Amino acid sequence: MSILIDQNTRVVVQGITGRDGGFHALKMKDYGTQIVAGTSPGKGGMFVNGIPVFNTVHETVKLLRANTSIIFVPAAFAFDAILEAADAGIKLIICITEGIPTLDIVKAYSYVKQKGASLIGPNCPGLISPEKSLVGIMPATVFKKGGVGIISRSGTLTYEVVYHLTAAGLGQSTAIGIGGDPVVGLHYLELLAMFEDDDETDSIVLIGEIGGNAEEKAASFIEHHVSKPVVAFIAGQTAPADKQMGHAGAIISSGSGSAKEKIEALEAVGIHVAPEPSMIPGLLKR
Amino acid sequence: MKIHEYQAKDLFAAYGIPVKSYILCRTPDEVVSAYSQLNVNKVVLKAQVLTGGRGKAGGIKLADNPQEVQTRSEAILNLKIKDIPVDRIIVTEAVDIKKEYYLSIVVDRNTKSALLMLSSDGGIDIEEVAHSTPERIHKFQIDPMLGTPDFFTRKVAFTLFSDIKLVNQLSHIIKSLYMLFIETDASLAEINPLVLTDDDKLIAVDAKMTFDDNALFRQPKIAELFEPTEEEKKERDAKSKGFSYVHLGGEIGCMVNGAGLAMATMDLIKRYRGNPANFLDIGGSSNSEKVVQALKLLLKDDDVKVVLINIFGGITRCDDVANGILQAFEQIETDIPVVVRLTGTNEEAGRALLRDSKLYVANTMSEATRLAVNISLKTY
Repeated sequence: MSILIDQNTRVVVQGITGRDGGFHALKMKDYGTQIVAGTSPGKGGMFVNGIPVFNTVHETVKLLRANTSIIFVPAAFAFDAILEAADAGIKLIICITEGIPTLDIVKAYSYVKQKGASLIGPNCPGLISPEKSLVGIMPATVFKKGGVGIISRSGTLTYEVVYHLTAAGLGQSTAIGIGGDPVVGLHYLELLAMFEDDDETDSIVLIGEIGGNAEEKAASFIEHHVSKPVVAFIAGQTAPADKQMGHAGAIISSGSGSAKEKIEALEAVGIHVAPEPSMIPGLLKR
Repeated sequence: MKIHEYQAKDLFAAYGIPVKSYILCRTPDEVVSAYSQLNVNKVVLKAQVLTGGRGKAGGIKLADNPQEVQTRSEAILNLKIKDIPVDRIIVTEAVDIKKEYYLSIVVDRNTKSALLMLSSDGGIDIEEVAHSTPERIHKFQIDPMLGTPDFFTRKVAFTLFSDIKLVNQLSHIIKSLYMLFIETDASLAEINPLVLTDDDKLIAVDAKMTFDDNALFRQPKIAELFEPTEEEKKERDAKSKGFSYVHLGGEIGCMVNGAGLAMATMDLIKRYRGNPANFLDIGGSSNSEKVVQALKLLLKDDDVKVVLINIFGGITRCDDVANGILQAFEQIETDIPVVVRLTGTNEEAGRALLRDSKLYVANTMSEATRLAVNISLKTY
């Protein structure tokens, strides 16, 4: 197994005629992901990198049994794209787009949930189940199949961590970038539960950063519901308060959301927090 | 993005939330004439700065005669609150306070919704209330599909009042505040205190709003209110080039692709006893144009003694990144030592390209960081 995506995942790329959409559609296809279609309203009938383009997501579900969508449309149109995917019956929606107004996501999330679907992102690198499926913009070459499940609020920091894991002979079951915005879809708790239930996952790496209190909540969840070993890394120990550090959600506000609080909460329940990314494999092997 | 209290009050008034009228002044003389213009006995003088803690810093004062108005407004206009000089004051009629309440709407990460919060402990530091007596803050999730129907605002208002007249007043304020919140893409709308006057009227005595930066593209009227500090101007300038930049004040200028990795790099510098000059995320991909722009930005900072470039080459291969860096250094003359760490796809080829240059090339993030810290300590 693996979680959320595997070789049976059938992907539609929303915004495939854009530069990023077309580029990554090809990358995913080359990796072996079943990219069944792309959409771009008014451009139905054309092909992008050999992938058929449709006007609506609905058609791709009906004709090609798409069950997962990945969104590359610009921020101003992403809200509508998420609604369209959920309305069409897509069950897993991955939104790569950065810079979407937060209240759009609040509304879209509510609709996605009502439709019984799941949202990953926005402002995320997507996810990969190595050697099975890549639905995202992650550099597939650094990943290797194995037993480590990864949940991260960051992109390149995840690649950095995975690079060390792979070099140490620790492959990955699924790696998910949940996104750097204040409000995102699937988060630590849901994904920790999925990894706990997944046969192929034997340990979990949680990569967090400043802002909010999701890591604290994860610590308490792990204490009560996760039996597999978990190692964490938290970025932003030296970040000043009230400054947004790149990600819209990475901000220490009103004195809360600091790395120190998160590390203390995790260590309090016995989770090892790596002082630098290169030390994660060593802590996992312990 | 933050706005001033008086600007938030203008928005409140436009949405029918009761506020006292105010006069905006920039000098003590203006304040004195505003006092006579208002023609009331007692007024409140309030510093207008884009930070909290005004009361504690002495930025809010009462006055009931021209002499006091003069001296107290002088005092306020001479203040610096959290390093921000006060250049504006509002003068407004003081109200008779029977009781103070707290009311706010925020975007809540955990419930992924707009969260309405209210408390009968208004007028004081709400974070303190949240910390010591969390049960005294009532929280209600607002369903984005439903908004604020009558039954909902009534249910909420009954937690503070039993008198239906007050419940109706508060319901109206909640509906208006939510409409304002949604229509302006706010991330916070706060009334602290919401005052019940001696004649049983609810009035927003303070007004605080912040807005979602991601939504400013569709909120031109809000975006116009932006008053950037010098730091924020630099940050905005960087953003227009596709970077995220935050000045930190140390000697090691950092250039990293990705926000998480950029934070991890800062942390590692500190761990090895160096001081990062900045946070700089140049984005997931990196071409020579970006590297040139980013270098120019870093070298503008006179404190920078060494530059650390930490790139994880994923989709963009390391050999392409290396070529980009080499091209960048053909365009920029600098004596500042530069340490480059390149890892990822085609890393060996990438490093080989850089080896003949005058750049310091490191294999790992730890090695590069240690090297940069050592150089910074030697040259400092």
